[in-house]
Amino acid sequence: MTPLLTLAARSAWNRRFALGWVVLSIALSTWLLLGIERLQQDVRRNFSQAVSGADLIVGARTGPTQLLLYGVFHIGQPTQPIRISSLQALAQHRAVAWVVPLSLGDSHKGFAVLGTTAEYFERFRYGERQALRAVQGPLGFAGLHDAVIGAEVARQLGYQLGSRLVLSHGDGALEDNDHDDQPFVVTAILAPTGTPVDRTVHVSLMAMESLHQDWATGMHLPGSAAKLGEASGPTQPDLTPRTATAALVGLKVRAAALAVQRDVAAMREEPLLAILPGVALDELWSVVALGERGLQAVSALVAMVSLAGLVAVILAGLNERRRELAILRAVGAGPAQLMALLALEGACITAAGVLLGALVHALCVAALAPWVQAHWGISLRLMAPGSAQWQIMGAVLLGGLLASLLPGWRAYRLSLADGLSPRV
Amino acid sequence: MSDTPPFALQIQGLRYRWPGAVSDTLALDELTVAAGEAVFLRGPSGSGKSTLLALAAGVLLPGAGQACLMGTDWAALSARQRDQHRGDHVGLVFQQFNLLPYLSVLDNVRLPLRFSRRRAAQARAGEAEHWLAQMQLPQPQWLKPAAQLSVGQQQRVAASRALIGRPEVVIADEPTSALDESLREAFMDLLLASCREAGSALLFVSHDARLAARFERVLDLPALNRGGARP
Repeated sequence: MTPLLTLAARSAWNRRFALGWVVLSIALSTWLLLGIERLQQDVRRNFSQAVSGADLIVGARTGPTQLLLYGVFHIGQPTQPIRISSLQALAQHRAVAWVVPLSLGDSHKGFAVLGTTAEYFERFRYGERQALRAVQGPLGFAGLHDAVIGAEVARQLGYQLGSRLVLSHGDGALEDNDHDDQPFVVTAILAPTGTPVDRTVHVSLMAMESLHQDWATGMHLPGSAAKLGEASGPTQPDLTPRTATAALVGLKVRAAALAVQRDVAAMREEPLLAILPGVALDELWSVVALGERGLQAVSALVAMVSLAGLVAVILAGLNERRRELAILRAVGAGPAQLMALLALEGACITAAGVLLGALVHALCVAALAPWVQAHWGISLRLMAPGSAQWQIMGAVLLGGLLASLLPGWRAYRLSLADGLSPRV
Repeated sequence: MSDTPPFALQIQGLRYRWPGAVSDTLALDELTVAAGEAVFLRGPSGSGKSTLLALAAGVLLPGAGQACLMGTDWAALSARQRDQHRGDHVGLVFQQFNLLPYLSVLDNVRLPLRFSRRRAAQARAGEAEHWLAQMQLPQPQWLKPAAQLSVGQQQRVAASRALIGRPEVVIADEPTSALDESLREAFMDLLLASCREAGSALLFVSHDARLAARFERVLDLPALNRGGARP
């Protein structure tokens, strides 16, 4: 095998230009397959990590996926507000341990603003049921305009403790919609979590209420609410929160989830929907899986096309190499060895392509991870190939090996037919 | 070697017919090459020359009769054994395009050693260099890719390759037809001298009767062949 291996390598190097393109196309398909796999895994991991604390998520009646996406991941269309009074009623349910309201809708320089209570920091769990942790400052809202910001917000905007920030009404598209009369102060910065929390500005539900009191008519009427920038005093108007977007609900016994879900749906206060985050995620994945499978099918096709290219290039070169085959037969190589030579060449080319593809994949993950994190909040991890990756690379390699048997077989036939004098 | 058979190549009662042909291409009652002997086989193109060489080298098997190389009937060996036997005992020189263009001159000469353990064992250290020097190929050329050599030089490299490991039989198929006259004479001198030195029998096939004078024995294929060779 060794004499063949070096011969195959030398022979391939001699035709490196044409074969180089084949290597590139195999690398491209490997890269595609690995990249899609990586993205798929990391997206799923990111999503499932973000909801490990709550047993139920409650919101206005919409689709479960929409509630999950908006309530937890701040993606997609806002849902209808729900009344705090409904949530208070829910908190009285005998199976419910805690209810943390979430109020969404405002933004700060592209980052979502979440109005909630200090309990959020106690109850929220991500990843393997890890609690939120502050790297600086105390968790909670001591003052009305305290803001606790996620790690990514602090990093990208360069905020430190004491930095002042102005929230924008809605998505911040209209500058006039800034809540510039009520600037907030950063009082705590959270440790990175790899979840949407990193890209969120947390303020108290009361501050949310305060911001929106003079927006009651849908537009800003300055002066209709008291200036609250400095401190809270006895003259403070009623800032008891009245609405929220959704709520995280913890249960005393997890097994009660389905029963509570039914009870929420039947609540007389207003039409509500409760979802089990895991179930809703599974539903989401079953929808997404269609698209994923489409992507995988296309990249598998790309892989097949590049392997077909491999076969075509080797076969096209074979006619010019009939002399080479005859010479090798003259010095004692058998047709089976010539077949092995050709198959080996194809296998080496495929291996080179797979290796290059994996390398480019790793470089891309390393280079693009910060950008993907910044734009989509998905943390791509550069890591050693897992079983799925090995499977992909193995499949491409095996495909290449099988495809190379074709030119190998042709070489076998040619060398038998030609003997020592090829009819070229 | 004490058990060396008297004949390097022995063909008896051989019949060969190409698949689909109506008559025998080759029908030879007897053709022998003794050990160490240099035999010239004259045959114009179309006389079944290539077929005979393929039979002698065990690439083709006769339909009837025997083709024995070093006392072993090719037909008695499996396909794999035939390839091995050929690699062990036969050095081949073709008309042209003898070399793998991507190997250096030296690697081309050493090529048979990769496939034959026997010849690798018989080859002395520096034997490739020895034959290249013997064939008067200038030393600066030895490490060049074979593709950079002139045709005359390539044929001399091919002869060196046929001789490495001192196989018992060297078969040369029109090795001079691509060479002009002065090169041809020089090549013949070197090839015959080297075969003598290596102790290899030489079966030299050519249509060019002018070369015959240098050989101990001259055979005429059309005269030997009772079959009708392909046109």
